[in-house]
Amino acid sequence: MSDSPAIRVEGLTHSYGERVALDSVDFAVKRQGIFGFLGPNGGGKTTLFSILSTLLPIQRGCVSALGFDVGRQSREYRQQIGVAFQSPSLDRRLTVLENLVHQGELYGLTGQRLRDVADTLLQRFDLTDRATDIVDTLSGGLKRRVELAKCLMHRPALLLLDEPSTGLDPGARHDLWTHLERLRADEGVTVVLTTHLMEEAERCDELALLDLGRIVAQGSPLELRSTVPGECLTIVAERPEELGPRITAELQVDVQRIGESLRIQQANGEQLFEGLLQRYGDEIRSLSLGRPTLEDVFMLRTGRRFAEDLSA
Amino acid sequence: MSQSVEHQSDPVETGVASLGVDAVLRPSMWLTVWTLSRREIVRFLRQRSRLIGALATPIMFWVLFGAGLHESFQAPGWAAGEMSYREFFLPGITALILMFTAIFSAMSIIEDRHEGFLQGVLVSPASRPAIVLGKVLGGTFMAVVQALGFVMLGWLLAVGGVAEEMQISLSAGGVFGLIVFMTLLAFGLTALGFMLAWKLDSIQGFHAIMNLFLMPMWLLSGSFFPAAETGFLSVIMQLNPLTYGVAGIRQLLYTGSSEVLIQQANGGLASLTVCFGATAVFALVTFCGAVSSCRSARVR
Repeated sequence: MSDSPAIRVEGLTHSYGERVALDSVDFAVKRQGIFGFLGPNGGGKTTLFSILSTLLPIQRGCVSALGFDVGRQSREYRQQIGVAFQSPSLDRRLTVLENLVHQGELYGLTGQRLRDVADTLLQRFDLTDRATDIVDTLSGGLKRRVELAKCLMHRPALLLLDEPSTGLDPGARHDLWTHLERLRADEGVTVVLTTHLMEEAERCDELALLDLGRIVAQGSPLELRSTVPGECLTIVAERPEELGPRITAELQVDVQRIGESLRIQQANGEQLFEGLLQRYGDEIRSLSLGRPTLEDVFMLRTGRRFAEDLSA
Repeated sequence: MSQSVEHQSDPVETGVASLGVDAVLRPSMWLTVWTLSRREIVRFLRQRSRLIGALATPIMFWVLFGAGLHESFQAPGWAAGEMSYREFFLPGITALILMFTAIFSAMSIIEDRHEGFLQGVLVSPASRPAIVLGKVLGGTFMAVVQALGFVMLGWLLAVGGVAEEMQISLSAGGVFGLIVFMTLLAFGLTALGFMLAWKLDSIQGFHAIMNLFLMPMWLLSGSFFPAAETGFLSVIMQLNPLTYGVAGIRQLLYTGSSEVLIQQANGGLASLTVCFGATAVFALVTFCGAVSSCRSARVR
């Protein structure tokens, strides 16, 4: 039974009136893994997250998780999951400890046992000296830590995190991932998260790329990247808006502009690398050659750029 | 059940034992109610502005209107003796304090939703009726404590001779009756607030409801001016559940006097039994409404 997937979803469809947010989605999440949903905003991540966390009812399809039918046995399922929302679900007028105690009681913990669990988690997340601070006075990174501690009060077997890195600085982001990896290794917790950040997606064991309510690709980051042939060139230039069109015109290659840099995906990457250096060496600040990224996977599967969707 | 057995044998759960937590926890309904209502009270006490808003505004109304309408007020036929406006207005202000505190407390659900706290509660195994009951009982408790404080203040003023024109007279049984009655009324009002707040997205929306619905409900409850005997106003007032709330409080304020100051037989007010019955029905209906709102799915 422990080989059976932590979550199995079949034919899940959800619509808001006319708008279809999820269109017949199928996937399975292995136990004790870190599973990520990567996609642009509006791709259906939030809807999927809300269904998995039981905030939205299942309209059509089948969702079973931890051996429960999520639609029918929501109470038993809720007891086993920990949910961390994008904006921390903390009561900002209560202290850190009060938040934890409150959460523990909602899940049936009382007395000495409740105090012990709270103390252990405060220690683990380095919050002991913050226990009596009002949540409102904490920084974003600290709040996220409290939120994570809060979700773990009842020892969930499945942890659901919605955009866990949003609003975190790189240090806090690193800490968060250290905690997630430790949870998975030490306690065998299954982690499911949504993200629109490539570097975060890279750290997942398995990924599903979600776009316009459909899963366009699924697999480990390595497997996904290996589906894109060739190499990728990244150019950082003084004037990318000028250089891009010139390269396209003169070398007949497709150039994409992402922020301040230019990207070219090409089968004969190394040859092109030499050529670019010779021709435009003076205008290029840096040039790198690498294997395709998840962004390239997304572009290959959807024909659109990920970053474009983000700003839209 | 088979799931819990598997989980205990699963190596996944070994971390659990080290913390001394059983694999299966069973949150009881009352623990949920207790923890949620306790939170309401702690939050309320930490927000001074809410305390002032709920108590100071009605007291100011009482003092100012009491002074301003003193000369022109004509006591209704059912009021025996010389009833001053301040005395007439006291039960109405008590109801206003109950309404302000109760409904403001329920309206904090809008804030809970925006802050994300509510979502955290909704994904927990807590049952929906327990969530509503916790929120409503927390609000009810604070409303009753504040309204009772105000009644005591009025009574002390009357007994102490500061406001001589008042003939309010409380007995121990009367205070008990008042607490029970006000609890019932505050419960209904908080549940009503919960029902309204569940559908609303913003505090601005709440102000519209407040002005269009709640203030008229209070004004037409026999609190600000005596109920009309005939005409369309009297029909509205008879249908208004708060009318019975105000009438009930009014009658319970005179339990300690030997004379019957309020002559119920004259038909000015509904009898105490009717007041209790109507308020109980109001509380039950709004509570069921609040639970059914809470069951309807809403994400953000």
